[in-house]
Amino acid sequence: MRYMFLVYSTETAEATAAPASLREVAEAHRRVMDEASRKGVLLGAEPLKPTSTATTVRSQDGEKIIVDGPFAETKEQLAGYYILDCRDLDEAIDWAKKIPTGCKGGEGCIEIRPLEKTEH
Amino acid sequence: MDTQAAAESVFREESGKIIAALIRISGSFDRAEDAVQEAFISALAAWPKTGIPANPAAWMMTTAHRKLIDQVRREQTVRDKEDSVRYEIEAFSPPNQIELESDSMHLPDDRLRLIFTCCHPALNQESQIALTLRTLGGLSTPEIAKAFLLPEPTLAQRLVRAKRKIQEARIPYEVPNADRLPERLASVQAVIYLIFNEGYAAASGAQLIRTDLCAEAIRLGRVLKELMPTDPGNLGLLALMLLHDSRREARIRNGQLVTLEEQDRSLWDRNEIAEGLALVQQAFRLGPVGSYQLQAAIAALHAESSAPEETDWKQIAGLYERLLELNPSPVVALNHGVAVAMSAGLEAGLERIDDLGASGELDSYYLFHAARADIFRRLSRRKEAAEAYRRALALATNNIEQEFLRRRLAQLDHSVSAER
Repeated sequence: MRYMFLVYSTETAEATAAPASLREVAEAHRRVMDEASRKGVLLGAEPLKPTSTATTVRSQDGEKIIVDGPFAETKEQLAGYYILDCRDLDEAIDWAKKIPTGCKGGEGCIEIRPLEKTEH
Repeated sequence: MDTQAAAESVFREESGKIIAALIRISGSFDRAEDAVQEAFISALAAWPKTGIPANPAAWMMTTAHRKLIDQVRREQTVRDKEDSVRYEIEAFSPPNQIELESDSMHLPDDRLRLIFTCCHPALNQESQIALTLRTLGGLSTPEIAKAFLLPEPTLAQRLVRAKRKIQEARIPYEVPNADRLPERLASVQAVIYLIFNEGYAAASGAQLIRTDLCAEAIRLGRVLKELMPTDPGNLGLLALMLLHDSRREARIRNGQLVTLEEQDRSLWDRNEIAEGLALVQQAFRLGPVGSYQLQAAIAALHAESSAPEETDWKQIAGLYERLLELNPSPVVALNHGVAVAMSAGLEAGLERIDDLGASGELDSYYLFHAARADIFRRLSRRKEAAEAYRRALALATNNIEQEFLRRRLAQLDHSVSAER
């Protein structure tokens, strides 16, 4: 079953983090990706640019409205994603525990969402 | 026994086992529940004519299994005819692989699988409780709703949502491996203890159903202990529940709460105490001491005292201290303070409790004020006692507790006016 791992962390912590600490987080991501790819479960993984670069297009009263910024102001921001093929939720949880969130003591979380089966 | 009562009792006793097996076989909570329900209805129809079968449990199991197979065949036929069923959940094994051999109906691990799935931390705790009572406990949705004082649709919705999540997020139906076990077992134990407390603490309204919750929690505790007998926490938990439950008759008199100190100890259930005490000893021998064992040991010390004056408060204080190390919560600290008051001196205990209250964290906790009030009362500092009782009364939510506090206040007023 395919699961998407939505990685949330606090951008402010990242912005003030020392370069070494950022490198550490990137390194940790690389390790997870290596392991996932070695095990043949990696279907995708990308980091995102910060929410300051986000644009939201909202449908409202039949119109499309363009707004500067993310769809909602939240304490933690979506920073990237993984898609992994896991046997079940327990295996997915094990992966989620390995994926780093935040840096320099910054907090974060991973939301695990099963992907809907699509037919082609 | 009449056949209806027999069918009901078999259903209550066995449905957890049967559902557990059928979920493994069919991969679906709903199918398993439907099959067991149908088997129960069959029993109600058949037993008055044929008499109660020699082995009613086996009859129920076989019938439920057959119902499940019928059900799947019916669905298969519909699917073959229409060939348009798009929505298919295949979280576990696909249904057309249903095994027909009856051997597959008896795997001892089934109920363990079920309890771990129901108490999976990816489900919220309310759902864990509802699902455990529904599937393992064999309680009906209205029964569970009544016991938790919730509207039935709320509870039904909770169950539907939980079952959907199990299927769609693919929560596995298995006993967790060694790495995951400690975390997962803690979650199972917490659910069982919450069910017990729900039945034990609140005594309002549907009293009978709530007593049932205690019995159900103890039954689940026994199942857990039977399935994993070497886990000291499982023994501790069962002991703790039995020792508390042993005081049930003495705890409420004429609808009024009776404190441990004032309870008629001859009303305590000696069988439950004996079993609880033996379990505590066994649990301590088994190994690492966790919070259930410590709480059970505290309850055991109370159970062993033939009179309140004989209570070994010093040892109880020591056990609370250890509990505090494991679980540093203000509530445990409060209990520790009370034990200190009873062993090392009321003033020393009061001082400790006041220190705890200094942060203001316990201000809205009624037992904090009730504990202070009780110590003031023992010290004959009536004015302070009355004030603390009043604060406790303003915070208590349960009728019986409020009634108790009011009584204490009245007693104080009485003794104050008698002095004049």
